[in-house]
Amino acid sequence: MEAPLIEPMLTAPFRVRKNRKETADTRTLELASTNGEDVKAWRPGQFMMLYVFGAGEIPISISGDPARRDNITHTVRAVGDVSRAICQAKPGSAIGVRGPFGSAWPIDQFEEHEVVLVAGGIGLAPLRPVLYRIMANRGRYGRVCLLVGARTPDILLYRSEMYRWRKRDIDVRVTVDAAAPGWQDSVGPVTALIPRIELDSSRAVAFVVGPEIMMHFVVQALVQRGVPPDRLFVSMERNMKCAVGFCGHCQLGPAFICKDGPVLSYSQLEPWLAIRNV
Amino acid sequence: MQKDIDALLAEHQFFKEMGDAYRTLIAGCGKNVSFDTGQLLAKTDDPANEFFAIRHGRVSIELHSPERGPLILQTVEAGDILGWSWLFPPYRWTFDLRAIEQVRAISFDGECLRGKCERDPAMGYDFMKRFAQVFMKRLQAARLQLLDLYGSAPH
Repeated sequence: MEAPLIEPMLTAPFRVRKNRKETADTRTLELASTNGEDVKAWRPGQFMMLYVFGAGEIPISISGDPARRDNITHTVRAVGDVSRAICQAKPGSAIGVRGPFGSAWPIDQFEEHEVVLVAGGIGLAPLRPVLYRIMANRGRYGRVCLLVGARTPDILLYRSEMYRWRKRDIDVRVTVDAAAPGWQDSVGPVTALIPRIELDSSRAVAFVVGPEIMMHFVVQALVQRGVPPDRLFVSMERNMKCAVGFCGHCQLGPAFICKDGPVLSYSQLEPWLAIRNV
Repeated sequence: MQKDIDALLAEHQFFKEMGDAYRTLIAGCGKNVSFDTGQLLAKTDDPANEFFAIRHGRVSIELHSPERGPLILQTVEAGDILGWSWLFPPYRWTFDLRAIEQVRAISFDGECLRGKCERDPAMGYDFMKRFAQVFMKRLQAARLQLLDLYGSAPH
């Protein structure tokens, strides 16, 4: 008889080691196990369920370095009760953690390829582990391009790290919807950057994260550039509750986003994304 | 050796796959220009007698608000075309265009080009189809900017 699936449903206590301000409403938290053990191995693109007593539990992508096992890092934007409580957690306070869950970016399958990463808003957080992985193995990949879109310059994530990424031969391009004079990067939607990048589309793979409407237009622009649909991967967000495919809250067509996703190939998802209200 | 205008146009995205004869005819209305960082390429309400094929650098399309100062609406860069006020009366710029870094471009005399398009409707049609794509892309970009594409759902 198969053993009951208890551990994935069991919340482990972690302590907030650091809580760093990224923007006015976004924080990056480093969490360490209370028993001093290393965190479980995880892969870029996976998420954890974070629980704050009295507030609730939400899925949050891991945004740290996958090579580090002494802590687990999450970047959280305060948009609701639970995320606000996580953002307010002080160093030393406890947060419940379950995971890691879900599928990962297939970055290891695409060595020798050109890599295009497209992030909108907080979507840069789940792509940051990919950047760590690429930087640790930079020679294994061809051209790497990171396109970042945000509403305004003041809500851009990881601005201080972009310099470091550029130094590692990553073509980082940033665009915002609105800016005041003095802004040196682009103004316009992130889709407008796609025709401008240098890209050998026959060797390209793309990872896209952001709200679904953004991913829809980004995928269109990438296909127009010649990136094959089966080499387009997106990270989906749905109402994930149990995180192990039991409750069905996050079902999209035949897929449970928590278990089969959040990272899915676009060609696999496309027929379901076209159906409204699914 | 400095390239002539026709050779520069052949390398520009906007003129890609345009017939040599049309491109050479259009090149006759063009000249090389450059702008330093911060310099205006065009100013709102000034006569719009030209448009630009950007070869290098980035330009902001700005609107000056008396209450909020200059607001950047969009940016364009190498490979883009900038300006269509020269096409339609009253031939006046609608926005400010400012170089946000050193810009090199080809500037086209609008009146010269309008004349050539009137005399050769086939070339005019080819040219307008290319401009229509620029309109479409710029409009789509503006619509996406209005959408607040990056907003997140509350948790």
